Amino acid sequence: MCLAIPGRVESFVDAERRMALADISGVKREISVDLLRGEGAQVEIGDWVLIHVGFAMSKISEKQAREQLEVLAMLGEAVAAAEEARGYGQS
Amino acid sequence: MKFVDEFRDPELIKSTVGEIESLMQGRSYRVMEVCGGHTHSIYRFGLEQLLPSSLEFIHGPGCPVCILPMDRVDEGLKLAAQKNVILAAYGDMMRVPGHSGSALELKASGLDIRMVYSPLDALKIAVDNPQSQVVFFAIGFETTAPATALTVLKAQELGLSNFTVFVNHVTVIPPMRAVLDDPDLKIDGFIGPGHVATVIGACAYDEIARDYKKPVVVSGFEPLDILQSLVLLLRQLNNGEARVENQYARVVPWAPNATASTVLAKVFELRPTFEWRGLGAILQSAVKLRAQFSQYDAEVRFAEVLANHRIDLEKDRIERGRGPSTPCGEVLKGLIKPNQCALFGKECRPEKPLGALMVSSEGACAAHFNYAHERID
Ligand code: SF4
Repeated sequence: MCLAIPGRVESFVDAERRMALADISGVKREISVDLLRGEGAQVEIGDWVLIHVGFAMSKISEKQAREQLEVLAMLGEAVAAAEEARGYGQS
Repeated sequence: MKFVDEFRDPELIKSTVGEIESLMQGRSYRVMEVCGGHTHSIYRFGLEQLLPSSLEFIHGPGCPVCILPMDRVDEGLKLAAQKNVILAAYGDMMRVPGHSGSALELKASGLDIRMVYSPLDALKIAVDNPQSQVVFFAIGFETTAPATALTVLKAQELGLSNFTVFVNHVTVIPPMRAVLDDPDLKIDGFIGPGHVATVIGACAYDEIARDYKKPVVVSGFEPLDILQSLVLLLRQLNNGEARVENQYARVVPWAPNATASTVLAKVFELRPTFEWRGLGAILQSAVKLRAQFSQYDAEVRFAEVLANHRIDLEKDRIERGRGPSTPCGEVLKGLIKPNQCALFGKECRPEKPLGALMVSSEGACAAHFNYAHERID
């Protein structure tokens, strides 16, 4: 919950571009990109973002995304992170 | 240097450790890492073993499940016991023990408690179950609070009348002030939480540097990040400086996230005070929903249930005292190390936690337990 999971924005699922489909280590999930609406922070398709509890919190570079994935793996949190990613939008 | 081989850049790690060693010559410092993610990293990589013992880590109050007092856990679980209620909670929250068991145990005994990964999942459960009342057990610092706030706005947009939130969101600066105000605790500087700062901005720690003359270095989570942050921190300490530095600038901006700040201010207001496990009551350290969102506030909708529960609890306390008390607070404050707790690894283990610090991988006791066997000490 406190360690962010990186994902790549693949498409938008609503007209207002508040929800996006993200690829999170191969898992495709809906995430909210509502918090990145602010000026200059507009999310585009192909952007990498750091995700907390289903919400993109910041835009990052691809390199940073790979590093973050490595950190999660090293901390033994990669499996939990993938599980979390799979869980978004399910009930 | 047992772990050095598995680091990404062992040579850089070695030279950074060397730099820390020379900065520590003839000195001793106590550094608090506030965030549970950093605690986890420090233990996982045995950083304490790599560094001079005169550099002491104090594991701070930055793990959301660890700092939630048991009474609050009980109150959330009490809501799950109401007729027609579905309680939705994050995975970490499921295993935190309350006085009459954890969410997981209550679920096994038949209550409808569901694990979710996002507040949006909880919202979906409400949409799919119009005949039930869905309560989302919200926890976390500023990292997760905007997600809860947006979800409340979404519930409003959808006109849902069967969705409420039991809000336990806390803020990161007040507990830092609280540990600095505690005369028993001597802290020389902070490794500042990284991801929470993507919301509040690195600038949020300015007041700590200014008011307490303590340096804060916002840090990433890799071992090298933490070591480099320590170098920055020690340089400041040796020079008698107290500034905020941002080692994690590749992710953390100096300024707060504007949208998140707007949403937080719109949906939440500060509580006058909030109880923290181990730290006691801290003024203005948590938020609740603003009155205009009271129809989504579980503490409003279930006010009577919670009031009666508190009375029962108090009676119980008067009649027979509470169950065994745990010294988690002393560990949270860094007064004792996890393995100095008499219950550590015996009655209290990750698979059957007695205290909250043994629940999450970000809790100091769980981190100590999981990695201590790999350590050389
Ligand atoms: S070992 Fe268990 S009871 Fe003791 S301080 Fe840690 S979490 Fe609390």
